[in-house]
Amino acid sequence: MTFVQLMETGWNTVGLAPWVVFLPIAGLLANLMFGKYLGERGAGVLASLASGLAFGVSILMALNLASYPEPQVLKLAQWISVGSFNAGWDFRVDTLSVTMMLVVSGVGTLIHIFAIGYMHSDVRLNGDPGRYSRFFVFFNLFIAAMMVLVTANNYLMLFVGWEGVGLCSYLLIGFWFEKGKDGIGNALAAKKAFITNRIGDFGLLLAIFLLFWNFGSLDFDAVFQKAHEVAKVMPGVIQAITLLMLLGVAGKSAQLPLFVWLPDAMAGPTPVSALIHAATMVTAGVYLIARSAGLYVLDVSAQLVVTWVGALTALFAATIALGQNDIKKVLAYSTISQLGYMVAAVGMGAFVAGMFHLVTHAFFKALLFLAAGSVILGMERRALEAGSHHGETHTDGHAIDPQDMRNMGGLRSRMPLTFWVFLAGALALAGVAPLAGFFSKDEILAYALVHQPAVLVVLALTALLTAFYVARQVSLVFLGNPRSLEAHTAVESKPVLTIPLVILALLSIFGGLVNLPGIHFLETWLEHSVQAAEKGEFILGVVLVSLMLALSGLLLGWWVYGRRPVSSAASADPLQAVLGRLFVAVQNKWWVDEFYDWLIIKPFQRLSHFFAKAVDEMVIDGVVNGLGYAAIFAASLIRFLHGGLARSYALMMVVGVTIILAYLILR
Amino acid sequence: MEPVINYLLLSGVLFSLGVLGVLMRRNAIVVFMSLELMFNAANLAFITFARMYSALDGQVFVFFVMAVAAAEVAVGLALMVAIFRSRRSIDMDQLNSMKG
Repeated sequence: MTFVQLMETGWNTVGLAPWVVFLPIAGLLANLMFGKYLGERGAGVLASLASGLAFGVSILMALNLASYPEPQVLKLAQWISVGSFNAGWDFRVDTLSVTMMLVVSGVGTLIHIFAIGYMHSDVRLNGDPGRYSRFFVFFNLFIAAMMVLVTANNYLMLFVGWEGVGLCSYLLIGFWFEKGKDGIGNALAAKKAFITNRIGDFGLLLAIFLLFWNFGSLDFDAVFQKAHEVAKVMPGVIQAITLLMLLGVAGKSAQLPLFVWLPDAMAGPTPVSALIHAATMVTAGVYLIARSAGLYVLDVSAQLVVTWVGALTALFAATIALGQNDIKKVLAYSTISQLGYMVAAVGMGAFVAGMFHLVTHAFFKALLFLAAGSVILGMERRALEAGSHHGETHTDGHAIDPQDMRNMGGLRSRMPLTFWVFLAGALALAGVAPLAGFFSKDEILAYALVHQPAVLVVLALTALLTAFYVARQVSLVFLGNPRSLEAHTAVESKPVLTIPLVILALLSIFGGLVNLPGIHFLETWLEHSVQAAEKGEFILGVVLVSLMLALSGLLLGWWVYGRRPVSSAASADPLQAVLGRLFVAVQNKWWVDEFYDWLIIKPFQRLSHFFAKAVDEMVIDGVVNGLGYAAIFAASLIRFLHGGLARSYALMMVVGVTIILAYLILR
Repeated sequence: MEPVINYLLLSGVLFSLGVLGVLMRRNAIVVFMSLELMFNAANLAFITFARMYSALDGQVFVFFVMAVAAAEVAVGLALMVAIFRSRRSIDMDQLNSMKG
C-alpha cells in the first residue's frame, strides 16, 4: 500500500488482514517448540494471546469497515496460475468475513482462556499432563485454519481452510485417542467425523470443479458477476453447483443426512465441543451459503431443498435431544437443531437472519458448552483428588459417568455461578425475550411466515421442543437433590473458568442488540457484502406465538422434570411414562446410526471382505504366486543339467571349449 | 633335432590324458595330478614354440605357470584336507552339494 492510497482511504487496515492467520500460527509454532518449557500457564496464556491479538486485528478491520464498508481484497501471494486461471492467497475483507472473524477470534479467545483452567484438570484426570501444550497447538491451528476459511477470496482458498478446520476437528476429537470405549472409542469418533466430512467435501469439491469449468475462475467477485449470464444459458449448472455445495454444507454443518458425526464428536474435551463443534467450525456451512448467496438466489428449487434440509434437521435433532442423558449429547443435538435453523434461514434467502442466528448461537452455545464443562469438572473433582493422591486416575471402583445428567442434580446450590450462566444460555437458546436467541430466532420465523409458511410450522414446533429439552436439562442438572456422591461434593470452578462464562453470558443476554428490530445494525452492516439482503421484518404475531411456544415449552419441561425432581440415578425418565415407545426411539436417536450401519457400513465391509478374499487372495495373489510356480516349473525342466557332480561340469566345459575351438578352426 | 611336430604331439597327448583323468577319476588327488599333467603339457608346448621362434617369452611364461600351479596345489590340497575332515572322503562324486 503506497502512501498516496493511504491518504485517499484514510487509515486502511486491510493490510493487517493476514495477521489474523499469522498470529495464531506464530502462537502454535511457539507452543510447538517451547511449549514444554513454558509451563501450563505460559502455554495457555501464549495461545490465548495469539487468538486475542487476532481478535484485536479483527476489531481494527471492523472499525475501518464502519467508515468505508466496501469489500476490499488484499493479494498476499500467488498460488496457482495456469493459463488464464488464477487462484491466489487473497484476503477478502468485507463486512461478512469480518463478522465471522470477530466471532471466531472473539468467542475463540474466551474459550482459549476457559481451556487454560479446564485442560489443567483434564490432562491430570487422563493421566498425561505432558499433553497440555499440544492442546493449545491444535487450538491455535484451528483458529488459523478457520481464519483462512473466512478470509478467502476464492473457493479454492476457502476449501483449504475448510479442510484445515476438518483436520483440527479430527485431531481434537481424538485428543485422548487412546481413551474411550474399549480404548478405541475416541479414535473411532474422530474417524467417523473425518470420514463423514469427506463425503460432504466430495460434494463441495465437485461444486468447485463445476464452477471452474463453467466460470473459468473461482474468485467470488468473478463468479457472482458471471452467475446471471450462466444461469440464463445453463440453469442446470447453477442447480448442480448449489446442490453439491449443499452436500458439503450437510457434512460440515451436520445436517441431514450427514449429521451423525457431531454427537460422537463430543468425545473431544469440552472446550473443543464449544469452539469447534458449536460456535465456529460447524457454522462454516452457513457461512458458505451466505457467501454464495449470489448463486443460491438464482435457483429457487435449490433454495427450497436447502430450506427443507435445514428445517427437517432442526426438528429431527430437537426430538433426539429430548431423550439424551449425556449433558454434552443434549447440547450436541441442540447444536444440530440450531444449525438447521440457520441453514433453513439462508436457504429461504434470509441471509442476514441466518448470520444473525449464527452469531447469537455462537455466544449462547459456547456458553452452554463451557458451563457444561464447568459442571463436568465439578463432577470429576472427587476422581481428580483421588487420582492425585494415589498418582493414578480412575481407580475407585465405582467410577460413574461424570457427564450423565442422571448422576447430577442439586448443583444449583453447589455451583451457583455456573447455574446462573447456564440458565442465561439456556433461556437464550429457548428464545425467551429479550435474550439473544429470541431476536435471531424470531427474525427467521418472521421471514418464514412471509416466504415459506410450511417451514414456519416445522421451525415453531422445533422451538417448542427446544424450550422443553432446555428445561429438562436445567432441571436434571441443577434442580432437586444430588443423585450421586460426585454431585453432592461438587464445588464451583475457579475464576479462570468462570470469567469467560460470565462474559459469554453477558453476550448471550445482550447479543440481540446487534440486530435489534428497528435498528437493524447487522443488516445495514452486512448488505455491503451479502447480495439480496432484505430488511428483516418484525411481526408482532410471530413474536407472541414464538414467545408463547418458548414459555410453554419451558413450563412443560419444568412441569415434567422440575416440579417433582427425579429422585435417584436409576429411576426411569419421567417422559418415558408419557411417551412410552416413542421415548425409546428418541433415546436411541431413531436408530439412525444402526440404519447407516445396516445400509452403508455393513455392505461396504462385506464388499471389502469380498475384494480382500475373492479378488485379492484369489486373483492378485494367484497371478503373483502363479508366476512363481511357473518359474519353478520351468526350472524343473532343465534341472538335470546341474546334478552336482563336479566331473559333469568339467565335461561340459571340455565339450564347450572343444566346440568353440572347432568353430574357430573350421570357420 | 626332432621335428617340432613331435613335441607338439606329445604335448597334445599329455593334455588329453590330463583331461581324461580329470573327467574319469573319482579320487580328488588323482584329479589334481591330472590337472598338473595338463599344466605341464601346456608348458611343453610353450617351450617348443619358444625354441621354434628363438624367443624367450615362452620360457618366461613357463616359470609363471609353474609358480601359479604350485600356489594352486597348495590351495587345492588345503581344500582337500578340509573336505576330508568334514566328509571323511575325497570322492568327487560325493561332493554334490551344488546339486540344483
